[in-house]
Amino acid sequence: MYTFLFYLPFLLLFVVFAVYAERKVAAFVQDRMGPMEVGYYGLLQTIADLLKMLQKEDVVPMAADRRLFQFAPLLIFAAVFTGFAVLPVTAGIAGAGAESGVYFLLAIVSLDVLGILIAGWSSNNKFALFGAMRSIAQMISYEVPLGLSVIGAIMICQTLDLQEMSYQQGIFSDSPNYLLGIKATGIETTQVGGLLTWNIFRAPFLLPLFVIFFIASLAEANRTPFDLPESESELIGGFHTEYPGFRWGIIMLSEYGMMLLVSILAAILFLGSWNTPLPNIGTLALADWTSGTPGAASGHLWGAFWLFGKTFLLIFMQMMARWTYPRLRVDQLMNFSWKYLTPLSILLLLINGLWRMLMI
Amino acid sequence: MKTSMRHNSYLGSIGNGTRSMWTGLKLAFRHLFAATERRESMGVEHEDYFRQQTGIVTLQYPYESLPVPDNGRYRLHNEIDDCIVCDKCAKICPVDCIEIEPIRAPEEIGRTSDDTPKRIHAARFDIDMAKCCFCGLCTTVCPTECLTMTKAYDFSEFDVKDHTYAFAEMTPLEILEARQKLEEAEKAKAAAKAQKEATGDTTPKPLTEGTKPKPAFRPKVKPVAKPTEHTEDDDDPKAKALALMKAKAKPVLPKPQQENKDATAGSPRPKPVIKAKPVIKAAPEEKPDAGKDTPEEKKAEASGAPKKAKPVYRPKPVTRKPKNDGDR
Repeated sequence: MYTFLFYLPFLLLFVVFAVYAERKVAAFVQDRMGPMEVGYYGLLQTIADLLKMLQKEDVVPMAADRRLFQFAPLLIFAAVFTGFAVLPVTAGIAGAGAESGVYFLLAIVSLDVLGILIAGWSSNNKFALFGAMRSIAQMISYEVPLGLSVIGAIMICQTLDLQEMSYQQGIFSDSPNYLLGIKATGIETTQVGGLLTWNIFRAPFLLPLFVIFFIASLAEANRTPFDLPESESELIGGFHTEYPGFRWGIIMLSEYGMMLLVSILAAILFLGSWNTPLPNIGTLALADWTSGTPGAASGHLWGAFWLFGKTFLLIFMQMMARWTYPRLRVDQLMNFSWKYLTPLSILLLLINGLWRMLMI
Repeated sequence: MKTSMRHNSYLGSIGNGTRSMWTGLKLAFRHLFAATERRESMGVEHEDYFRQQTGIVTLQYPYESLPVPDNGRYRLHNEIDDCIVCDKCAKICPVDCIEIEPIRAPEEIGRTSDDTPKRIHAARFDIDMAKCCFCGLCTTVCPTECLTMTKAYDFSEFDVKDHTYAFAEMTPLEILEARQKLEEAEKAKAAAKAQKEATGDTTPKPLTEGTKPKPAFRPKVKPVAKPTEHTEDDDDPKAKALALMKAKAKPVLPKPQQENKDATAGSPRPKPVIKAKPVIKAAPEEKPDAGKDTPEEKKAEASGAPKKAKPVYRPKPVTRKPKNDGDR
């Protein structure tokens, strides 16, 4: 309930500024200035675009399947937004208390594919259908390495509850943490906290797994090296070619929502969730100072700050990837997933399983 | 060799891909961080133009713009007060984008800023910038330097008709008056002539000139190359060639008439001043120093030489068809 109240306005606000940030990042990487006209330094550009978009006529193509066409964006958005239900925000705000939070999230996000298929099919447009077909092939392929890398984190944490995972990765942990997760070292880091108790430090082989997760999440969110479903230069707009105004806006909203979702998920699974990256060093209790008290206002503020700091860093990396790498070809995309990411994640999964043995 | 071998193997291609992606990401980040600085807006002639290689390169155009070099050739501007309506610009224009409608005045109507007498009204002086090819020839031939290429380059319009710039300032009423004046003057002249003929004083010269339209303006335009404009240096040979071609190829029909009017008006003859070629047009040198700016061509008229020049007129296009057939 809290997360719903928090994430819905947060998502809307995020999309407005993420679009702006995306354009600015693109501009700076390409030695341009980006939007500069509307508002100070172009800050209100997206709002102007939104206002324009809302005024557009709601056109449904004559040959389209009217009902499905109108329903598809809602399904896409619903699928993405439901995923936010189980995400914690801070130590005090846990989201829906689902024991099987991660699986629920992955399952519900997969419904996204269904919405995209409906959108592409009902448009009765060859480009839209192409986009939808590519999207399905891509998302189903990339769900394999994505799922495997998530399982790696689950194996280390021994839980599916995202809030419990978050607790494990910091100074508020119930169970003891050891340096690099190896109990044999005898160096307990539970009270040190910070970076050292993050999952990628508790089990160092989660770091490559995190990279795989990041790559696969780019594909899940249809971001650029893997944006074949949209690929403006080939398919006009891909599955949303025929969508006008507000309906297109909803699709765009869910796309950025997906970015946010997978980035938050990555932060929770691998980067210590809402825990501070600063460790306690002797009397210099940086972790204590930057964590607040769980449940109190300070805990909420610090938690949200760290979680979204990490999230935005990841989103920034997604943007940089978008403006650095060219789009993959369809066969390259499939090769990359099945020949490289999947075997590698299986191997890393095995190693992480063994590492887990060292942790107990 | 080493890299290619590695590239072919499974692990080698992973390493290769990772390396190249890392390089790409570094490049992108380098540009991102360099975006804190911007190029200053300096023209290419500035000595520091190539100094700054990084940073944002774009300008916020309507607010900022690169300075146009001094010899930039953009929108044409005619300072109509200085224009003597000599029609040279219209003649030399390769794309015929200048349209002039002259009305001869019976007497001098003013002086340009360089003290050239003006004797022709410009009822119309239109330049169609949509046709203009920005070669700058017109500015080169302009004797009074009233026609110039400005630095204004942003003059896009919604309607292509708006690309026609009218420089003439005469009102319809003024045009009408000028026409009437001319008619009256001509009538008076004709009357005077008739009277003269009646008295037996045959002056053949004006007569011949009135009847034969051709001789006017059949010049070899070579001397045109006057260093009036900065644009000239590279165009010069071309300009000459073009001028020559034009002079030969076009039998300029309407022009002679105007030139004749000039002649009959009494003002025309004065032109013939020093000309490189010794054409001895002695007779009517009434005020030799007046036409210091527009001398070159006008002199040629009565010399008789132009008649020879005319026949040059050759019909070249015929040869093409057979070739096409052969191709087939």
